[in-house]
Amino acid sequence: MQRKAIHQRRATESALPRCPSGIEGLDEITGGGLPRGRPTLVCGNAGCGKTLLGMEFLVRGAAQFNEPGVFMAFEETAEDLASNFASLGFDLDGLVARNKLVIDYVRIERSEIEETGEYNLDGLFIRLGMAIDAVKAKRVVLDTIEALFSGLPNPLILRAELRRLFRWLKDRGVTAIITGERGETTLTRQGLEEYVSDCVITLDHRVVEEIATRRLRVVKYRGAAHGTNEYPFLIGDRGMVVLPITALGLAQRAPTERVSTGIDRLDTMLDGRGFYRGSTILVTGTAGTGKTSVAAQFVDAACRRGERCLYFAFEESQGQIMRNMRSIGIDLAQWADAGLLTFHATRPSTFGLEMHLAAMHDEVRRRQPRVVIVDPISNLAVAGGGDIGIKSMLMRLMDYLKGQEITTMFTVLSRGDNLEHTEAAISSLADTWLLLRDIELAGERNRGIYVLKSRGMKHSNQIREFILTDAGVKLLDVYVGPGGVLTGSSRIRQEAQDREEQALREQELDRRKHELERKRQALEMQITTLRKDLEAEEAEFERFVAEKQLAGARIAEEQLDMARSRKADDYAAAQRPAGEGGVR
Amino acid sequence: MKARRAARAKVDVWELRLYVAGQTPKSLEAFANLKRICEEHLAGKYHIEVIDLLQNPQLARGDQILAIPTLVRRLPEPVRKIIGGLSNTERVLVGLDLRPRMVAE
Repeated sequence: MQRKAIHQRRATESALPRCPSGIEGLDEITGGGLPRGRPTLVCGNAGCGKTLLGMEFLVRGAAQFNEPGVFMAFEETAEDLASNFASLGFDLDGLVARNKLVIDYVRIERSEIEETGEYNLDGLFIRLGMAIDAVKAKRVVLDTIEALFSGLPNPLILRAELRRLFRWLKDRGVTAIITGERGETTLTRQGLEEYVSDCVITLDHRVVEEIATRRLRVVKYRGAAHGTNEYPFLIGDRGMVVLPITALGLAQRAPTERVSTGIDRLDTMLDGRGFYRGSTILVTGTAGTGKTSVAAQFVDAACRRGERCLYFAFEESQGQIMRNMRSIGIDLAQWADAGLLTFHATRPSTFGLEMHLAAMHDEVRRRQPRVVIVDPISNLAVAGGGDIGIKSMLMRLMDYLKGQEITTMFTVLSRGDNLEHTEAAISSLADTWLLLRDIELAGERNRGIYVLKSRGMKHSNQIREFILTDAGVKLLDVYVGPGGVLTGSSRIRQEAQDREEQALREQELDRRKHELERKRQALEMQITTLRKDLEAEEAEFERFVAEKQLAGARIAEEQLDMARSRKADDYAAAQRPAGEGGVR
Repeated sequence: MKARRAARAKVDVWELRLYVAGQTPKSLEAFANLKRICEEHLAGKYHIEVIDLLQNPQLARGDQILAIPTLVRRLPEPVRKIIGGLSNTERVLVGLDLRPRMVAE
């Protein structure tokens, strides 16, 4: 019982109020934002984005949460900052004019300063306090306070003063970000982490295989569950985007709505109704098996339903794809013109993997599509990072898209013989896996398609032949017969042969039928003749019987007549039964 | 060095500002120290202005004041800053350029 009580108390303690940073992704990692009313330390090497994080925290705070801020800069002047951030669309001057932001540049010139005894930092406190009061600031950024160590003598005093400063910030109830340069062995050069114990975030900008990637990590967050992984982030044209998309849990909704694949027979193969909305579809195949065509059909169908599509092309340009698809009767240009379809074509090696992911993420957020195509994902392997990189990147992306209920189709170019082994081992992430393959037979290659897996639906286990016609993709049954599985011209030949045999069989049948008919008719004729004969005989016989009866009657009559004429006694009367004469 | 001394010689009055935050013992001590040094080395040609930042916080920005107390030598040029309680007379003299730096300590 007691333990339970302690546990509960801890739980309430840990529910530290959060101050949403407004920086995309950061709030998701930290479970809502930075600890409210406390200082957070952000450290990293030069150029890793510390200043940006701090400034965006203030700008978003002022713009989105109505929390004015104070930016105390030790390195850059207010003018420099304003012009640097203008490129990110941050209107610092405007915020300053509207009393949402104070930028105070603190210049420290070591050569001008002589130390002559004990001092304190009351001047800094007063300045900061004045700035906070001026706009009723709720947020404060000190960037980077370590500059004090190079500018002011006597580190011992400085340390004591900094400790006092952080406590003072806490007492003022402002949510603060303090930035620091990364040290050799410590998080910050001057060990600021000693003083700031609630939340520590490190930023990193490293180059692996010539490709630079920025990463963010929450090293410490007192009393709160937080993702401790390194998360890539990107400095885009609208600020910082952290990609926490290795979602903290598998809690996406699973819509039951279905969407057509754009290929009738493929819908049929998938339980008759196509993909699930929001599912992840993997289309793998060797070169030239028609992956892009399948994707294009899907896009076409989605646009027909009026859904927005986003097409990430890593192999071909927009123009190329449109031209190629037009050749099989899919007009993507109309959808692009209608604003339903957006292409985003980049060369995979342009930037690092995380940057790609970030850019895609950003684009998805901006466009709000219902369908996303990535064609092909395998080309991103070029962007470095190796298999693990790709897999975690894909996982993040899929998680994100699933969370948004966006139906996503990835194409993967598979190499080698083992088609079912995808390099990035990403198959486990896919809900539906379509495999396109070559079927090599009788000197030609034909395309085949089958559904390797499709979660949550009955799906066909049949291989279909896949042909590209002037009217898009068509699926045909492959020929399965005594000759084995046949496709292409072999199938056509076999089918022709089958048809011929069938025709022959039908002719034979007809012939026999005719013969039978003829026989039947002949027999019936015979029967009729015989029956007529019989009838004739019967008639003869009846006539004969009648004649005979007539003759008998005549004889009796004649005898009676003769008796009467001889006046014989009542012979005839004696022959009749008694009483009969009485009636007469 | 010689040119600098010559420049300084032209200045009639040294303009000094002492920034403090409230009437604390430390600020009083700093002022007393300053007064003593000036009397000794700049008798009759100095002017001290004491600025209490608790009363005029906006003034901290102008002279880029962080540390308290800070003594700013406004004139003669160039501007110099001396932080701390001004208890180390030698260093105050060096800071005010009343004693060559090289010879200090």
